[in-house]
Amino acid sequence: MSLLDHLPVLPVVVPLVAAPVCVLLPKGRAPWLFSTLITWICFALSAALLGVVLQEGTLTYYLGGWAAPLGIVYRIDLAGAIVMALVSGMAALVFPYARSSVEYEIGNAQSSAFYGAFLICMTGLLGVVATGDAFNVFVFLEISSLSTYALVAMGAKQDRRALTAAFTYLVLGTIGATFFVIGLGLLYQMTGTLNMLDLHERLAGQDNKVVRAAFAFIVTGLGLKLAMFPLHRWLPDAYTFAPSAVTAFLASTATKVAVYAMLRFMFTVFGFSTPFTEVAFAFFLILGLAGMFFASFVAVFRDDVKQMLAFSSVAQIGYMLLGISFATEAGVAAALTHVFNHALMKAALFMAVGAVFYAVGSHRLADYRGMGRRMPFTAACFLIAGLSLVGVPLTAGFVSKFVLIRAAFDATLVVPSLLIVLLIVASSLLAVAYIGRVAYEMFLADPEPDVPPLRVPMTMLVPMGLVTAANVYVGLDGEAVVSVATRAAESLLALSFGGGAF
Amino acid sequence: MGMGHVILRVTIKVLFAPIVLFALYVQFHGDYGPGGGFQAGVIMAVAFVLHALGFGLQATKKAIPPRILTAGMALGVLIYAGTGVLTLLLGANFLDYDVIDPDSHHNAGQHIGILVVEFGVGLAVASTMLQIFYVFAGREAEPSDDAW
Repeated sequence: MSLLDHLPVLPVVVPLVAAPVCVLLPKGRAPWLFSTLITWICFALSAALLGVVLQEGTLTYYLGGWAAPLGIVYRIDLAGAIVMALVSGMAALVFPYARSSVEYEIGNAQSSAFYGAFLICMTGLLGVVATGDAFNVFVFLEISSLSTYALVAMGAKQDRRALTAAFTYLVLGTIGATFFVIGLGLLYQMTGTLNMLDLHERLAGQDNKVVRAAFAFIVTGLGLKLAMFPLHRWLPDAYTFAPSAVTAFLASTATKVAVYAMLRFMFTVFGFSTPFTEVAFAFFLILGLAGMFFASFVAVFRDDVKQMLAFSSVAQIGYMLLGISFATEAGVAAALTHVFNHALMKAALFMAVGAVFYAVGSHRLADYRGMGRRMPFTAACFLIAGLSLVGVPLTAGFVSKFVLIRAAFDATLVVPSLLIVLLIVASSLLAVAYIGRVAYEMFLADPEPDVPPLRVPMTMLVPMGLVTAANVYVGLDGEAVVSVATRAAESLLALSFGGGAF
Repeated sequence: MGMGHVILRVTIKVLFAPIVLFALYVQFHGDYGPGGGFQAGVIMAVAFVLHALGFGLQATKKAIPPRILTAGMALGVLIYAGTGVLTLLLGANFLDYDVIDPDSHHNAGQHIGILVVEFGVGLAVASTMLQIFYVFAGREAEPSDDAW
């Protein structure tokens, strides 16, 4: 057996082993250097994994050598491989960025614990995606969430409100996890198994109160974790007050992984034979649309740019839910595409916000005045990523919206497709409004005379530039992302019609 | 130190060793009966919490400094994950303990593997419990950066 056979488990194991080593390292720069190297190794492994899955199809790995359905199985299909590559790729970009940003915002006195928690968070997120065991999803979800609470609270060095934000997140996140695990318990009671594929087979044709309750608990629990409107209350504060690097990482990965878990449970575990799914899809449709408008509308009136973007994240999750609610291959592919593209946009935007914070120590809109001249590169990145968020052609956002709109026309829904398309376009206009406010301050408003240009270290500018370039690249050549997402959606949905062996 | 709380202190001194012994029993008997690393770790931490309640936080911190606990937490996880990596390097799946002693007829590898893993769990849990107690009982308005 070569090391290549262990590829499904390595992206999870490497950061798991690295995190305690990181904690033992002396304070200062060493933990940063070490954890950055680990994220790069992890990204290389995940990219290799994606390559293998693209060629050979779904990979299965038995932990401890115990065969499914008794043992814990890591099962990585195309959808999982994409999200794993996304998470580790984002980590590989955010960690180099974190050096100066974190040094400025929270200092290096706790750097070993900070980067240890960061690696643990990454372990959890990758684990949720890799595993094919329903209970294992809960464990990894909690591993990532618990470390996230600590990471958000680290923002208290800059703003004490980070503590209440972290606490709110802790309470709501724990309620979400509890709902999720109650649902799992009910499913286990009905089927006696926790393996996802085994669950799917045994649940087929079952319709009783316990299964319905389990379904409701799991969907609500995951809804809390992915900040589905109106369960999003924890998200804006947590993203606003967390350290910039943490926000950039979380906004591009944490909710995305929760969306992935939702897809897994909707399509792999429950599937279309579960009687309740119709109701859930109808709710996703309505809540997705409501979230798109409500959160975008709130974002327009925020005077704190970071908070504005945090509300925008809630709105963007609406698009993903909308894609899922179509319950078609095209819809799920659109959701997956947007998961990927939104990660690129929000990473670039939050990195730009962090760079401005590094330079002027504030994220208030008023302090962005004249940034087009004072920090031209950062302002340009913000503008490009902002245009991508709006969905302007030649950016990643356009690709997602195009795919989503095409999926909406093809789907048969309770709401007329044309209305949904109009609503998608209208909510994009709200994005124009809030991104426009920042762009106006940066480029058009009269700057105060004779302000010196501001400098930000290259370690922050290069990752930000790379993510922004990725936005443009996906916008120019969206075919690759869309075709992989479509194949991933096909494999997800093929399973949900029944069958499939572990 | 005067004669205050003498009954409490003597009781704690009497109880301390049996609690630690019981923790070790729960730890290493975990393969045969109820118990295991998590429960044992909590019981082990309780012994020191009791010591801190009777003799003061400073005395306990002198016996077990917070710095050691951080190392304990990290080492515990390392022992756990390291066992998995060891089996991986020996050519089996992650956490497949059989490879530790492949020639055994009654799966001694499984036995050794779970014992080591549970020891890691116990170490991590005991250190974490005590560290949490230190931070809460320290009752500083702001936990100092050295608390880690």
